[in-house]
Amino acid sequence: MENLNGYLIISAILFSIGTIGVLTRKNAIVIFMCVEMMLNAVNLTFVALSRHLGNLDGQVFVFFVMTVAAAEAAVGLALMIAFYNNKESIDVDDINLMKW
Amino acid sequence: MDMITIPAVNFTPILPEIFLSVLAMVLLLINVFIPGDRKAYLGYLSFVGIVAAGVLVAAGWGGHIESFSGSVVLDNFATFFKMIFLVSAGLAVLISDQYMEREGCNHGELYPLILFTVVGMMLMASGTDLMTIFLGLEVMSVALYVLAGFNRKNPKSNEAGLKYFLLGCFSTGFLLYGMALTYGATGTTRIAKIAAVVGQMSLPSANIMLVAGMLLMLTGFAFKIAAAPFHMWTPDVYEGAPTPMTAFMSAGPKAAGFAAALRIFLVALPTLQVEWSQVLWVLAVLTMTVGNITALRQDNIKRMLAYSSIAHAGYALVGFTAGNGTGTAGILFYMLSYAFMNIGAFAIIILVGKKGESNGNVQDFAGFGVKHPVLAVAMSIFLFSLAGMPPTAGFIGKFYLFSGAIQQGYIWLAIIGVLNSAASVYYYLRVMVFMYMKDPTEEFDWMQVTAPMALCVAISVIGSLIPGIIPSLILQFAQQAIKLI
Repeated sequence: MENLNGYLIISAILFSIGTIGVLTRKNAIVIFMCVEMMLNAVNLTFVALSRHLGNLDGQVFVFFVMTVAAAEAAVGLALMIAFYNNKESIDVDDINLMKW
Repeated sequence: MDMITIPAVNFTPILPEIFLSVLAMVLLLINVFIPGDRKAYLGYLSFVGIVAAGVLVAAGWGGHIESFSGSVVLDNFATFFKMIFLVSAGLAVLISDQYMEREGCNHGELYPLILFTVVGMMLMASGTDLMTIFLGLEVMSVALYVLAGFNRKNPKSNEAGLKYFLLGCFSTGFLLYGMALTYGATGTTRIAKIAAVVGQMSLPSANIMLVAGMLLMLTGFAFKIAAAPFHMWTPDVYEGAPTPMTAFMSAGPKAAGFAAALRIFLVALPTLQVEWSQVLWVLAVLTMTVGNITALRQDNIKRMLAYSSIAHAGYALVGFTAGNGTGTAGILFYMLSYAFMNIGAFAIIILVGKKGESNGNVQDFAGFGVKHPVLAVAMSIFLFSLAGMPPTAGFIGKFYLFSGAIQQGYIWLAIIGVLNSAASVYYYLRVMVFMYMKDPTEEFDWMQVTAPMALCVAISVIGSLIPGIIPSLILQFAQQAIKLI
């Protein structure tokens, strides 16, 4: 594959956007979506590298990452619902009972 | 692309994991048929299961079996850490029931979740492939997010769960990116093969992809073991989570983070040791100092122990920075002793606490020594051990960690460590001052010490004292455990 660098740069940009999103956004669900973006940026890196190196390890890794992301989503949304039931909000500024 | 062949699979290395997973699923089923006031039986069952798993793990001592085409290994290193996880889970199960009943959240799912966490930690310790380590880490983390937010009617517990979840996922992203770049630089995810490829590089520190991967993995692990400056989540999560789970989180998962990090950095990347030990040096100093200084001004005792647990991660990082036999054996020794002394201290906190997580301040210990002399002596032993005074396990652990650093020439690191340790005596002794030298502000009549609680305190006292008096008892195992890496 000729254009490995292109894929790596794109995934690095996606990863950075996700990181910035986590640090700046206030809504817990949006933050979680940014985390998912980071994970998918990593997936892109894995797939591109796997193709470039000609071995399958990276692609297998991606399957596991996707599975794990799904499990995380299930647990995370449940936690957000529990939080919403008590606070009527999922804004991280309302996560303030204990000082950060 | 090479052909996919299915290798012969030997299930022996993951026998304890299989056993605990099956047990957890069976417990989930049994839970449906057990009425709400009898959930303690699930706790007893899981404690028996954990002891049985301990026997299975111990039976594997001395062996070296690789399986799943080299992605899981049974060696002494993994066995030692598995014992630490089982100890912390067993003690946490013992103290859970009384607390959960008092707080009105004794749902039976607690025990299977603890067992799943242990399975994840075990996979982290025995994984020899980045993939296995990642999976173990996530099995552990996903179960822990739920455990942190387990008391779902309590807003503080909600916050703890949500915070832990968001920051945990965030750190996973970094860890994963590090793994991807390491894979890109070496072409494999198997730790032994990474070591071989990196060993053949003429100048591995000039390989930007590899160094970036290493640093990102380091960041991810620093989050998991709560090393400063990635420790911001720790005090809040530890304060908000149900107390038994705080005890568990600060002992087991922290040790698991060290297990995986030690294996990756010492086995796969020893040729980069000069680079990563520099970063770890800074992390260790920051972690110890931030943890101890912030702990000095805490009144809430859970929060104080949370900062103290950050400081303890810093001490262990001193041994990691050294990276030699004494230092790494010290980490293993310290993590085991820390499980005993820390969970023991949390057991006493649960006993002193009242419904709704109240009575959790240092001041509430006033007069405890007069009213409950036996428990107060136990608490003093835990606090002495945490402060690192002889003849407790905490002292011997710190002694080995710091002497490991001195052997490698990190004199200043050891000095900073000892100074920190001296500063920490203040906030541990403050609790004892309240226990013995202040008059009780209220009666301690509400306290009832159940049998599991008493057992937990007794085991913890033994575990905090015996390794301090006869260090070779544990240390010889720790030294054998690090021989293979």
